Amino acid sequence: MREIFVLAEHRQGQIRDITFEMLTKGAELTEKTNTCLTAILLGKDAKKHAETLSTYAENVLLIEDERLENFNSEIYQKILSQLINKKKPLLTFIGHTSYGVDLAPSLATKLNLPLATDCIDLTFNGETLGVTRQMYGGKVNVKATIRKSESYIITVRQATFTAQKPTMNGEIIEIASPLSEEIPKTRFIKYLLPSSGDIDITAADIIVSIGRGIKDVSNKPIIEELAKTLGGVLACSRPIVDKGWLSSDRQVGTSGKTVKPKLYLALGISGAFQHILGMKNSDIIIAINKDPNAPIFNFANYGVVEDLFKVVPFIKEKIIELKSVRTQS
Amino acid sequence: MDIIVCIKHVPETAEAEIKIDRSGKAIEKTGLVFDINEWDDYVLEEAVRIKEKFGGTVTAITVNTEEANRTLRKCLARGADKAIRLTDTKFENSDGYAIAKILHSVIKDLSFDLVLTGVLASDDGYTMVGSILAELLGISHSTMVKKIEFGDGVARVNRELEGGLEEIVEVKLPAVLTIQTGINEPRYVSIMGIRKAMKKEIKVLSLADTGLSANEVGEAGSWLKIDELFIPPVEKQAEFFSGTPERIATKIAELLKSRGLI
Repeated sequence: MREIFVLAEHRQGQIRDITFEMLTKGAELTEKTNTCLTAILLGKDAKKHAETLSTYAENVLLIEDERLENFNSEIYQKILSQLINKKKPLLTFIGHTSYGVDLAPSLATKLNLPLATDCIDLTFNGETLGVTRQMYGGKVNVKATIRKSESYIITVRQATFTAQKPTMNGEIIEIASPLSEEIPKTRFIKYLLPSSGDIDITAADIIVSIGRGIKDVSNKPIIEELAKTLGGVLACSRPIVDKGWLSSDRQVGTSGKTVKPKLYLALGISGAFQHILGMKNSDIIIAINKDPNAPIFNFANYGVVEDLFKVVPFIKEKIIELKSVRTQS
Repeated sequence: MDIIVCIKHVPETAEAEIKIDRSGKAIEKTGLVFDINEWDDYVLEEAVRIKEKFGGTVTAITVNTEEANRTLRKCLARGADKAIRLTDTKFENSDGYAIAKILHSVIKDLSFDLVLTGVLASDDGYTMVGSILAELLGISHSTMVKKIEFGDGVARVNRELEGGLEEIVEVKLPAVLTIQTGINEPRYVSIMGIRKAMKKEIKVLSLADTGLSANEVGEAGSWLKIDELFIPPVEKQAEFFSGTPERIATKIAELLKSRGLI
């Protein structure tokens, strides 16, 4: 039976969530395409991970090697190109993560197989594979068809598919490491942990978060005052950190922190998925943005389509008013 | 150190309202402001900084119509020495794979130590051109780079992982590195830079100069064929507050009070 491959992603002793999300979607596709699901696990002392994966897939191909303790796209590419060439899976799933984007494009090029990146959906129509992905920072979706091939590679966006509870009792197949003594051109050195800042935004009940829409760093104090009035902390989306207007410990999103405050007030944030993933579970989300089609409004409970600088001073004023009423009564 | 930077001229859409055009396969471009891709702004700055420190040259390359000369001029004004623009009607509808092949056809004959590209382009977001290019050139690569240092024949780079974590990776040179936003603080264009840039030539090449055939580029040479664009379906639409800014502010303040947040 032909296979669907899912490349397991792990780091620092943990299997990453994207793995289970891909395995769930993969299992769904095996039913429709008459294939079986195979998890590929490359690691060092990874038997425990293999057992976990075997509850999600029919097969787990396990390759253990000292050199596979940490991710290395060059080494992964060597092994995966051999496996894919040999087994010709219908489809290989790779996460659209910092690891996946380092690996998938060069792997597909080497194998001369077509690749679709950052997919949020995929459907087989016979042998033809159609995918849905996003353009323009999530403001537009695109349906596209992958060039017809006997084997496809896709990278999948994180948190797009929901991982289901494991139901399988798969077989673990150990394969001897095919790596030669050849020294790779790329070498993992070490991890750098994020620096801890002066404030832990994940502990805050109220977060006032700023994005590109605040235009200039000189506008930051106005928002800081609002945050202070609300008794909240100031956080931001990626562009603000990139510009150096706030430190990286204030960044909400996939490359920053995941927060779950009682109130998330998003000011001038359009809502790229990387940001959404970091704040969508907040109790109440209020978004103010000039663009009525900004993706943030699909996740906010309350929205305001307006220039944030026209509204923010009034919000501060009204809050002070209400607070003083409370104090008087 | 000789550095090649791959640059893209894109519409600025982060804060613009987007509409799908009549073909259904592209967005309405009229009214949009075009500029250098946000990631490439950092790419160019990083290249110029490396040149300023170690000497060498910076060559900017793009695949686009004459429209993109504006962005190439900006690169030249900010410190690039040479600019190459690849243009041909046959290049239309190329995905990241076809673009990488077109770039490769020129870069393979140039002398370089480093190729820098953005992690992705803000329009189609493929996140693939840099590492495909590396594979075609037969050299190493590293992606999502937030810091570069040089050692003996190697680049030592910080790669951005998830959740604020980074990893340090050593890559043999020559290599392709894809640059993440925030790696540096891009400079403004100086008047002198603009004057100097006006005198520099933009070399224009077409399909015939690439040695590629027509079916290796454009839609025929791509991995992906676009069928249709659409505005993402709304899963949970926000309840909108409208009225004067003061009225809106009152509604927000009342809401917060009713939820016990003030």
